[in-house]
Amino acid sequence: MSDLEHRKVSSIHGALMFLKGVKNVAYGDRVVIRNKQGGRRNGQVIKSSAEVVLVQVFEGTDNLDLENTWVRFLDEPFELSLSPDMLGRNFNGIGEPRDGRPPIISSIQRNVNGSPVNPAARSYPREFIQTGISTIDGLNSLVRGQKLPIFSGSGLPHNKLVAQIVRQAKLTGDSTNFVIVFAAIGVSHSDARFFEQEFESSGVLRNVVMFMNLANDPPMERLILPRTALTAAEYLAFEQDHHVLVVITDMTNYAEALREIATEKGDVPSRKGYPGYLYSDLAEIYERAGRLHDHHGSITMIPVLSMPSDDITHPIPDLTGYITEGQIVLSRELHSKSVYPPVNVPPSLSRLMKDGIGKDDTREDHPRVASQLYAAYSRAMDSRNLASIIGAEELSGRDRQYLEFARRFESDFVNQGSNEDRSIIETLDLAWELLSLLPPAALSRVSDEDLQKYHNWDGS
Amino acid sequence: MGEVIEINGPIVTIRQPGIHNGEQVRIGELGLIGEVIHLREKNALVQVYESTESLRPGEQVTGLGHPLSVELGPGLLGQIFDGVQRPLNKIMQLSGTNITRGLRVDALDRDKKWHFIPHETLAVGNPVRGGCILGTVQETESIQHRIMSPPDCKGEIIEHAPEGDYTIEEIIARVKTVSGSVTELKMYHRWPVRIPRPYYSHANTDEPLITGQRILDTFFPLVKGGKAAVPGPFGAGKTMVQQQIARWANADIVLYVGCGERGNEMVDILQSFPKLKDPHSGRSLMERTFLVANTSNMPVVAREASINVGVTMAEYYRDQGYDVVMVADSTSRWAEALREVAGRLGQMPVEEGYPAYLASRLAAFYERAGKVNTLSGKQGSVSLIGAVSPPGGDFSEPVTSHTKEIIRTFWALSKPLADARHYPSVSWLDSFTSYAERVSQWWSDNVNPQWSTRREQALALLSESDELERIVNLVGPEALSSAQRWVLESSVLIKEAVLQQSALDPVDSYCSPQKQFSLLELMLRYHDAGVELINLGVPVEQLIELPFSTELKRLKSSVSNDDLQAFETLADKIRKKFDVMRAEYSQQREPV
Repeated sequence: MSDLEHRKVSSIHGALMFLKGVKNVAYGDRVVIRNKQGGRRNGQVIKSSAEVVLVQVFEGTDNLDLENTWVRFLDEPFELSLSPDMLGRNFNGIGEPRDGRPPIISSIQRNVNGSPVNPAARSYPREFIQTGISTIDGLNSLVRGQKLPIFSGSGLPHNKLVAQIVRQAKLTGDSTNFVIVFAAIGVSHSDARFFEQEFESSGVLRNVVMFMNLANDPPMERLILPRTALTAAEYLAFEQDHHVLVVITDMTNYAEALREIATEKGDVPSRKGYPGYLYSDLAEIYERAGRLHDHHGSITMIPVLSMPSDDITHPIPDLTGYITEGQIVLSRELHSKSVYPPVNVPPSLSRLMKDGIGKDDTREDHPRVASQLYAAYSRAMDSRNLASIIGAEELSGRDRQYLEFARRFESDFVNQGSNEDRSIIETLDLAWELLSLLPPAALSRVSDEDLQKYHNWDGS
Repeated sequence: MGEVIEINGPIVTIRQPGIHNGEQVRIGELGLIGEVIHLREKNALVQVYESTESLRPGEQVTGLGHPLSVELGPGLLGQIFDGVQRPLNKIMQLSGTNITRGLRVDALDRDKKWHFIPHETLAVGNPVRGGCILGTVQETESIQHRIMSPPDCKGEIIEHAPEGDYTIEEIIARVKTVSGSVTELKMYHRWPVRIPRPYYSHANTDEPLITGQRILDTFFPLVKGGKAAVPGPFGAGKTMVQQQIARWANADIVLYVGCGERGNEMVDILQSFPKLKDPHSGRSLMERTFLVANTSNMPVVAREASINVGVTMAEYYRDQGYDVVMVADSTSRWAEALREVAGRLGQMPVEEGYPAYLASRLAAFYERAGKVNTLSGKQGSVSLIGAVSPPGGDFSEPVTSHTKEIIRTFWALSKPLADARHYPSVSWLDSFTSYAERVSQWWSDNVNPQWSTRREQALALLSESDELERIVNLVGPEALSSAQRWVLESSVLIKEAVLQQSALDPVDSYCSPQKQFSLLELMLRYHDAGVELINLGVPVEQLIELPFSTELKRLKSSVSNDDLQAFETLADKIRKKFDVMRAEYSQQREPV
């Protein structure tokens, strides 16, 4: 069957192509499409019945006609050839080289859709990764095998932040480096070049596999790209025993491509026109991160998404937040105050932090210090609001202490250099320096022992 | 034999004459499992619980002749099942770390021998009805499993097995039915998941479900057999609240249904529960717990089934006379699975794409909660606690708003509280319960007669302080009187010393009812004494400067459940100081 070419295209619209009279086509199979000029395109069967077959074309259907289009059903699902030689290479969404070098030849091929991980086979992530960034290490710690997205907005420095994480991420007391799988979905040329240069200048390039779909590449390819990239990541992690850091940017472009195809297929829209299965679809991608029993490697995932109009309740960040294990939210307000990284602390969260920090992992006071910083900063925001109503002069002494705390917290703790690699101990010591601006009576989240050991209150 | 006509994602159209609505089918070479959900002329629509990739039109289909049903018998506890009751540990042995398709695995172990002790009424010649207890096996160290006749059984025992070790496939009794035929009874039976298991009658329920969480037990209590919902935007701590309930609830059996949620959360339970001790029985928590997991990356259609599979198993333990708690995280994912199937069937969407039957399906699910007199003459209960994940944290969306009309206890989680790391982030303003009056007798008998009064006083104080905070935000704190500033101060004390509770702190994670009351009462006594002093003319600043509040806020984690004497020690210290102040100001007042 795979050698047979059909010329039975009955209609084309958008990225979809209907074929009539082709029998026994398997759902999900890979399709190759050829036009008169010999141009080759890829597609996938998304509906199959005895009468009609519906094919989604990744490169779009421009310049195809009904008469001179030949369709070949490959009789196999989308598979990716895998080999350690992928490191240092650059591919497109379906795993074809973009760097002008030969394709990967290997006997190992995997279905890019993967199959769901058995929850009973997972092992709980609990090894602290030091990123050198205080707001992450101190307040929203990342652990090996976690999926922790960055919620950003257009014009915010998420690329710079991701590059810094990639450069600095390490396990305390472990010298093995991360292998990086970089998936770029619908990004601009300049962003793509930024990352390539970053990887090159920090000397990690030969440990990076890149999958790229640029802004002017076919949008449908964006639907398969993260799956291809994660198939490579799974191979490197669970068959080659690497610790893999997967960076996906920008998931918003992915979700928009999904909405585009869903609309063409006539799926019932739910919120803002996104299909009802957006949640499950995103989960299929994000849930491929993790650790497994009896496997050395791990997949840690940092997806980046830009919140449309900075709205965290938009379906894309909203559903992502329900799936991932926390989120790092960037703030336009801090960015305009020249704070880098502009991490908006209150809505940021790491769900797996609790098991990766503390006495044996970072320092015994870490969980309480993090909670105390959150509580104090939240209280300080109340003082700031009050000051904007009645004026700072009218504030009580305590409120003024909080104002000073908030100012120092933003300028000293949140703010740091894009090349500044703070150890977790430095971060915690800095936290205590700030908490020492507040009297012991205001610090109910830390213990008496913590106060004695680290708090330096001069009584003023 | 039928055949596949069309494949559209998880919905497959088949042609097979004589197939019933609701019937289970096996599809294609792989033998994917599905369920008929719609009959349309000659064709039937099947929702398939596994990925349909590579399936082609023309492949064969076999009807299995029965609806989706679960196996009920010893060996459920301690297990983790998928959405259609296949044991995930067995699946791991068969297919490794990833779940392959078309696996056929029995829910219950066929080889394990259980020590069966016949019940005294199990004797030849005795009549037997549905739900009769035939005997017992020790399922785990702490739970005795009561083997029951299937609910539809009726007749007379003509033969039974003596005490001994049997597998679940061995026959333990033969029953001659009224029609004269002979039925063989084993230690397990099957029951269709979409039909609630029968019981004799509803029973009254006044006993609270104690979860050891102060904001839940003291402020918004739930009864055994009650229904509750925990809605909250992402990151508000729904899962943490659910896990805390699963850990510490004073139920006999806990079932945790992970419906469309994270795989790592299931692992967290599987790895942490065996190490934790049930504060009520002192045994390992895993001995009374089992799980159903359809994580978010597992097929969507099985998600819809998982909730029904879970509640049927919960009802089975209820029928044995146990108090069961089923925690479902999250019912929104279940509703979304309904929506996805409805969309593929081309059903008319009503609100946000949800089908019109969303409300009735939700109601039917929660209606399976309750305390009942079982067929065997015992009392048992199923309490249902469903998490709701409203998109954008908007409580007016369809799933939250329909759920709100059905449930009786509503634990609303608040994003601003979570952002300040105030956990559990249950909002005292948006939450409600209609069980408070019913449980007050229990608290009065078992803890303190003052419970109702103190609870209401605290709630009034919190709501007054919210009002005052609004004023402060408009015109600043100077506008408040001394008494009002003291109310603000006391409400902070209650929030930090009582409502906030750390799940990670070994002392504070579970708080006994007695400690809950003592803590609250101490804070309120402190408040009352302060009010009295202010009336005597003591400046409120002097009260705020007192060193006690830090100590009061640390009590929850510094004093364990069995050491409540420490409360009195602190109370005495406070009383002495207040007495001094009172004496001072009383003299000033009477200078005559």
